[in-house]
Amino acid sequence: MQMTMIEALNNALALELERDERVVVFGEDIGVNGGVFRVTEHLQKQFGEKRVFDTPLAESGIIGSAIGMSIYGLRPIAEIQFAGFLFLCMSQLVTQAARMRFRSAGAFTCPMVVRAPYGGGVRTPELHSDSLEGIFLQTPGIKVVIPSNPYDAKGLLAAAVADPDPVLFLENIKLYRSFRQETPQEYYTVPLSKARIVQEGTDASVFAYGAMVPVALEAAKQIQQENGASVEVIDLRTVWPLDEEAIVASVTKTGRAVVIHEAPRAGGIGAEVTAIINERCLYSLLAPVGRVTGYDTPYPVPGLEDYYLPNVPKTLDALRRVME
Amino acid sequence: MAIQQLDPAMIPYQVLDPEGSVVNPVPDLSAERLLSLYRFMQQGRAFSNKIIALQRQGRATTFGSLVGQEATAVGLAAPMQAQDWLTSSYREIASLMVRGIPLPTLIYSFRGMTAPNYPREARCLPIQIVIGTQLIHAVGLALAAKIAGDPAVAVGVCGDGATSEGDFNEALNFAGVFQAPVVIVVQNNGWAISVPRAKQSAAPSFAARGAGFGLPSALVDGNDILAVYTVMQQAIERARSGQGPTLVETLTYRIGAHTTADDPTRYRDAAEVEFWQSKDPIKRFRAYLVQRGLLTEEQDQQLIAAIEEEINEAVPVAEAMPAMAPDSFFNNTFAEPFPRLQEQRAEMLRYVKPQ
Repeated sequence: MQMTMIEALNNALALELERDERVVVFGEDIGVNGGVFRVTEHLQKQFGEKRVFDTPLAESGIIGSAIGMSIYGLRPIAEIQFAGFLFLCMSQLVTQAARMRFRSAGAFTCPMVVRAPYGGGVRTPELHSDSLEGIFLQTPGIKVVIPSNPYDAKGLLAAAVADPDPVLFLENIKLYRSFRQETPQEYYTVPLSKARIVQEGTDASVFAYGAMVPVALEAAKQIQQENGASVEVIDLRTVWPLDEEAIVASVTKTGRAVVIHEAPRAGGIGAEVTAIINERCLYSLLAPVGRVTGYDTPYPVPGLEDYYLPNVPKTLDALRRVME
Repeated sequence: MAIQQLDPAMIPYQVLDPEGSVVNPVPDLSAERLLSLYRFMQQGRAFSNKIIALQRQGRATTFGSLVGQEATAVGLAAPMQAQDWLTSSYREIASLMVRGIPLPTLIYSFRGMTAPNYPREARCLPIQIVIGTQLIHAVGLALAAKIAGDPAVAVGVCGDGATSEGDFNEALNFAGVFQAPVVIVVQNNGWAISVPRAKQSAAPSFAARGAGFGLPSALVDGNDILAVYTVMQQAIERARSGQGPTLVETLTYRIGAHTTADDPTRYRDAAEVEFWQSKDPIKRFRAYLVQRGLLTEEQDQQLIAAIEEEINEAVPVAEAMPAMAPDSFFNNTFAEPFPRLQEQRAEMLRYVKPQ
C-alpha cells in the first residue's frame, strides 16, 4: 500500500498495540487530537483511553513515567511533541532511562521508545526545528533512530519497540508527508544499527539520514551529470550506535567521504563518522572527509532557516572538494 | 482584599458581572485610563485577527490568537510600572502592547524574523516558546530587584498547561522561599492545545496550588478587566512593599485555535465556545463604559475603525523593514564571534544569491 511516513508510523503503532498488550502510547495531544501531526490518529478510538492517552503538559513527567512503566513490564511508546522539547526531559532520559540497566547491573531495564518530530525547513516557531541527535552520542545507553522514508519508518519503529533498551526515534517533519512509498500493511522490522546503501557508487561516499537523504541523492545525480562521478549514498538510519562496518566498507571502496546533517557541526554525527573513518580506514582516504551541516549557532528564525540548512549546492561543493 | 482567598472552592473575583454591572468596588481610574484599557483590548483582538489573516495569505508564520483573553492580557500588564519586568508566553501579545512594544516590531516577528532595536526599556523578555520556563526568570528578575534594593516587581505569566511543568513548581517554590517581589499569573484558558483543564490537574483550582508553596493566591474572573486589574494592582503593590509573592489564576477561555496550525473542531464542542463567547470580555467592559456614559455606540465604532487603521498602517511598515541579513544568525551566538564561526559565515555567504 502507498503510505506517507505519517501513515506508515500510524500503521506501525496500531500493529504494536494490536500484537502486544504491554504496549501503551502516550504524550501531549496524542489522544482525541491524534497528535499535532496526526501520527496517532484514531488510535485512542481503536484501542481505548487506557492504552492510548493524553498526559499533562510535562515532558519530564512523560519520560519519567515511561521509565516506571517499562521497568514494571509495559512497552511504553511516548511522544515528545517536538524534539526541541527533549531539553525539558533530558534528566529523565540521560540520567535515568539511559542508565537504568547500567546502574542496576541489569536488574532493571527500560525497553521504551521516545518518538519526537525534528528537523527544519517548514517555518516553525522557535525550538520546533532543532536537530538534537548529536547530544545523544554523549549519552551512553540510549539508541537513536532516524528514518528517511515510510518503509523504513515503519520497520524501524517496530524494531525500536522490540529492542530491549531505550530508543529515541526522531521523525523528520519535512518528510512526514513529502512522498508516498509502497509499504506493507503487515508487521515487519528493519534492523537497528544497519545502514542502507541507497545508491551504489565507486568514487565517493555520502553519509546521510533523515531529510538529508534526498539531498544527498540529488547532489549525487547532479555531480554525475557534471563529471560522470559515481557516488555511493548511504542512509545511516540508526545514528547511534552507528553501523561502522557499512561506513568502513564504503569508504574503503570509494576513498572519499562526505557526511550531511541538519544538526550543528561541532561534535555531531559527522564528527563521529569522520573519526571512525580516521581510526579504521584512514589509508583508504584520498581526500579529507567533508562535512555539510547546520552551523554552530542556534537554529535560526524561519526567515533565515534556508541559509542555515544543508542543501544540494553545498553538498555538491563538498563532493567537488573531496574529488579534486 | 481580593488576595488571600485560600479556600479551594474559591469563587472568582469579579468587579463586573457578565452584563457589565458593578458587583465589587471599581478601581480608581480616570475615564481616560479606563478608555485606554478598552482600547488595548480592542487592539489585542484586532491584532490577533490581522496576523491570522496574514498567515492565511502566507505573509505571517504560526501564530497563537489571544481572542477571548484580552481582559487578562491587558489587565495583568496595566498596573505595572515602568521599572517592572514582564516574562510572558506567546499568548500575551496585548500585554506587550501595554508595555510599549511597537506594533511593527511585533508584526515583524511574525514575518519569521527578529526585529532590530527591540525596546529593552519595555522590560519584557522575548515571547517564550518553552512552556512555563519564563516564570523562573520572573522570580530571578524579582530577586535581583530585591537584592539591589530597587522598587521593581516582576510579573510572570503562563497558561494552564504550563502548571504541569516542573518549572512552574520550581518558580513558585523559589518565589516563596526567597519572598521575591513577583506575581505569577496562570492564564487558565481551559485548553492546552487539545487537553482540557480537567485533564491537566486534579487540583480544584490553579490558584489553590499556591498554598502548598506558602504563597497567597487569588482566583479572578479573567474576562473581567477591572477584576484582573484590581487583583494585579494589589498583588504588584504587595510585592513592591516587601510583602512577597502572589499567585493569580485568571479564569478565561481560548476562543480560537491554539495556533494557526491547530484545528480545535477536532476536540471540543462548538457549544462550549458559544457559551464563552457570551462571556466576551470586550462586550462586558463596553457595557460598563456605556452604562457609565464614557462611551457611545458611535465612539465605539470610531475607536474600532481607528485601531483597524493603525494596524493596517503598521503592517506595511513591518513589511517594508528590511529582511534580516542572511548571515545575521551568526551575530548573536556569542558577544565575540570566534574564528570558526567567522569561517562558517563566509562559507554560508557563498550560497546566498544576490538579491
